[in-house]
Amino acid sequence: MDIKILFTILISTIFINNYVFSRILGLCPYLGVSKKLDSAIGMGLAVIFVMTMASFFTFIMYKYVLVPYHIEYLSIIAFIIVIAALVQFVEMVIEKVSTPLYQALGIFLPLITTNCAVLGVAVLNIDSGFASQDFGLLYSVVQGFGGGAGFTIALILMAGIRERLEIAMIPENLKGLPITFITAGLMAISFLGFSGMKIF
Amino acid sequence: MNNYFKEIFKGVWEKNPTFVLGIGMCATLAVSVSISNALWMGVATTFVLIGSNILVSAIRNITPSHIRIPIFIIIIAAFTTIVDLALKAYQPSVYKSLGIFIPLIVVNCIILGRAEEFAAKNTIFNSILDGLGMGLGFTLNLSVLSIIREITGANKLLGYQLIPGMKPALLMILAPGAFFTLGLLLWGMNVIKARTARFKQTE
Repeated sequence: MDIKILFTILISTIFINNYVFSRILGLCPYLGVSKKLDSAIGMGLAVIFVMTMASFFTFIMYKYVLVPYHIEYLSIIAFIIVIAALVQFVEMVIEKVSTPLYQALGIFLPLITTNCAVLGVAVLNIDSGFASQDFGLLYSVVQGFGGGAGFTIALILMAGIRERLEIAMIPENLKGLPITFITAGLMAISFLGFSGMKIF
Repeated sequence: MNNYFKEIFKGVWEKNPTFVLGIGMCATLAVSVSISNALWMGVATTFVLIGSNILVSAIRNITPSHIRIPIFIIIIAAFTTIVDLALKAYQPSVYKSLGIFIPLIVVNCIILGRAEEFAAKNTIFNSILDGLGMGLGFTLNLSVLSIIREITGANKLLGYQLIPGMKPALLMILAPGAFFTLGLLLWGMNVIKARTARFKQTE
């Protein structure tokens, strides 16, 4: 196994193919939770956690259940059930184990089931052909973690900007969603600078 | 008859999913690169929307309310699988260019939103009309966005070149262009709304 591959996957999912700015995934929570910095950090941590776990479980589900029985065509249904069950399970475990963590993440966890970045990473792991590779499980977990980290970076940057925008002078009709989209567009241009970057 | 039209057209204007309710953004932004993509995505989403609305409405009286969300999601996932397999078999090029956004129809908030808000409470016939209207509204949004982006970003319309020799602004077809176009369109909507409100006040 080559450590370079893992590093390449990590950097490319965080910066080059950032889930929000390049792939346009996970916009609903990105727009909904980026009003305050505190809640953005909580949501980001919850998404990193769920995306890493979801990559792990959906990959195992695909490789060891769906492929041996030749029912790959059921992957969409299987993945969404796995993700929904996982989110519910994680919520229950966190509630039992750590109350402060539950209070920080608790309200965001149910929202994550319908975050398309989570299902997106599960489908992308399969599309990337990881299922037929030796260390595919490790690759897909790293891709899930990187995707979550990229989403978190985007969310925290946006929350910082929006807190500042609250007190800025903006034309009345641009307030709210329109200015947020235009800001996101400007940020996406800066992330475009990473595309074409060669790591090794 | 009037009522039926109302049911359909509320999805196009009054309760337009993208511009008024602000849901289903991911698919709207990511797919609106060209008109053919936008129309296929619109058809696929409308099919899933109508199908899930019919089924959800048909079983609305026997669905236990505390596990209704998982049931709705599984119904939606089943219809998405049908679309996924059908497009893969009959339109491989469309399937390739839409990519992961076909499976992601499952998590499009419009569909779960309509199942929960409308189909779970209304008759099958009304649910079909509602699904059709919402699907039309979604397709219309996608088409408007993709027309703007295809003209400015690729200098093309429906795949035909418009002005020979002119270099298009490539940025508009990439992700930033999607954000800009939607931001400016939402701004335009707000301006229109503010204008009409002011007219009504002066009258």
